[in-house]
Amino acid sequence: MGIMQTPTSDIILTARNLRVVRAGTTILDISELMVREGEVLSLIGPNGAGKTTLLQSVCHLHKRFEGEVLFRGKVIGKNYAVSDYRRRVAMVFQEPLLFDTTVFKNVASGLKFRGVDKKDIERRVSENLERFGIAHLRDRSARTLSGGEAQRTSLARAFATRPEILFLDEPFASLDPPTREGLTHDLEKILLESQTTTISATHDRNEALRLSDRIAFMRNGKIEQLGTPSELVNNPVDEFVASFVGVETVLTGNVVGRGEGGTWVVSVSGKNIEVTEPLGEGETVVLHISPENVILSDNFVGKKTSIRNYFTARITCIIPLGPFIKVYLDCGFPLVAYITNESRETLALSEEKEVTASFKATAVQVIARKESEIN
Amino acid sequence: MTFDPEVMSITFLSLKISGLATLLSLFVGVSCGALIALSQFPGKKIVVSLVNTGMGLPPVVVGLFVSIFLWRSGPLGFLELLYTPAAIVIAQFVIATPIVMGITAASLQQLPKKMKLQILALGASRAQMVWMLIKEAKLPLLAAVMAGFGGVISEIGASIMVGGNIKGYTRVLTTATVMETSKGNFDIAIALGIILLLLAYVINLILTYVQQRERPR
Repeated sequence: MGIMQTPTSDIILTARNLRVVRAGTTILDISELMVREGEVLSLIGPNGAGKTTLLQSVCHLHKRFEGEVLFRGKVIGKNYAVSDYRRRVAMVFQEPLLFDTTVFKNVASGLKFRGVDKKDIERRVSENLERFGIAHLRDRSARTLSGGEAQRTSLARAFATRPEILFLDEPFASLDPPTREGLTHDLEKILLESQTTTISATHDRNEALRLSDRIAFMRNGKIEQLGTPSELVNNPVDEFVASFVGVETVLTGNVVGRGEGGTWVVSVSGKNIEVTEPLGEGETVVLHISPENVILSDNFVGKKTSIRNYFTARITCIIPLGPFIKVYLDCGFPLVAYITNESRETLALSEEKEVTASFKATAVQVIARKESEIN
Repeated sequence: MTFDPEVMSITFLSLKISGLATLLSLFVGVSCGALIALSQFPGKKIVVSLVNTGMGLPPVVVGLFVSIFLWRSGPLGFLELLYTPAAIVIAQFVIATPIVMGITAASLQQLPKKMKLQILALGASRAQMVWMLIKEAKLPLLAAVMAGFGGVISEIGASIMVGGNIKGYTRVLTTATVMETSKGNFDIAIALGIILLLLAYVINLILTYVQQRERPR
């Protein structure tokens, strides 16, 4: 999985020693970032983390950065002209930024810049209007489109140029949830079938987890963690990454002693959670429990299985997320579980209902440890 | 009365002179305005404020300086343009250019900042980018044209100073209205006034229409 094992011929884009300093503050500081051909890399992180600056730098949309960007091994601006590079990539912004003309002419604009002949423009535009489900809007004025339609037009305009790298700068951020959901779904399909190398900045963790091959977590202009979605979810480097990648259940507690079979017992809001990782008594620890490792049941008899942690839980909220359902629980501490649609039906889950939530001691990860303040 | 051949020829001459002056100011105003809006240089704010001051240039001051330049003994006296329609075109061009330039710069700066980046990210060359931006600002630019034209067709100071109100040659709507009024020929003066008002109305109608249009997303 690691980028290091891949042969360099696979690397389409490399950024080296990229630094952007504005008004004395370093807003971007990347020592090295390599992007593989065909992969979808998501940049996530809080506002001001440098996601947009990174995208605009590697897309060469501004000149105020130090360091170099290599496209297929050639340094852009040195042995590869910036203008040639820009014709091989495309970027979609948070705002659709459509031109004041018809949908068709908008989608055709990138091809016109490239001097593509009329017949090819017609074919490629039609193809992409079809692809994004906006063929019926072809002759409509861009001024009359809804937010979702406008962003589809903007995406079609970028795809029409057949970019070798597609940069997405939070293209769905200003859309309402159902529209965003529909568009994410369509984009996922299109990215899969077109195999377009994509670097996407996003706030939406679910979108990142869903679309990406790898995720880069950014903070203060730096990439703090880079890995597959499951690497980030299961082994977040710190508490901040953990809470951001959406590992919803992040709990702080104190180690109170040993449990049966060599486990350690951590007290969280008065409840005891058993952990297999070696700990020290009196330590304050931060625990993470992946939602997919939480099991919900009607009447759970814990003693008969290897599962050591079980709690009576009240369901506070149920959110359907396509293939699975996210359930928020109150066990005295907050807990999140992912379950399938099927088990939702068998268990007849509803909000306010009481269930038993359980997870193995091995499913609990310790993501931070510190000496207790009492010591 | 309104269709009096003399009134008609005065109207026609006015439209021709002011139209030509506006057209010329469009070339200079749009290109300089775009240059100011899209490039970064030290003293940009000073240039912008100078242009904005120029938008309110008093026509008599323009008339004075154009007269000095075109005077027989002046630097451009050899062209023998004073008291010709060409002199009025020059004076009106000087009045209209800062108006067009100022509105062009303002309208280009009002486009979303990322629009420029979006156009570049779609593979446009620098020239293509500037052209796309001008096309995007076409409605405010139309407003610039209208404002420029409206400013020069209704101005009198410069026209009378450099044109001289010569019958059938440099007599335009405004200079004719002044003259007919001072002669007590109110019927002709009113007819000329109504024509001017009508022109002003049409210009404002177009401006209002332009301003009421929504921006695309």
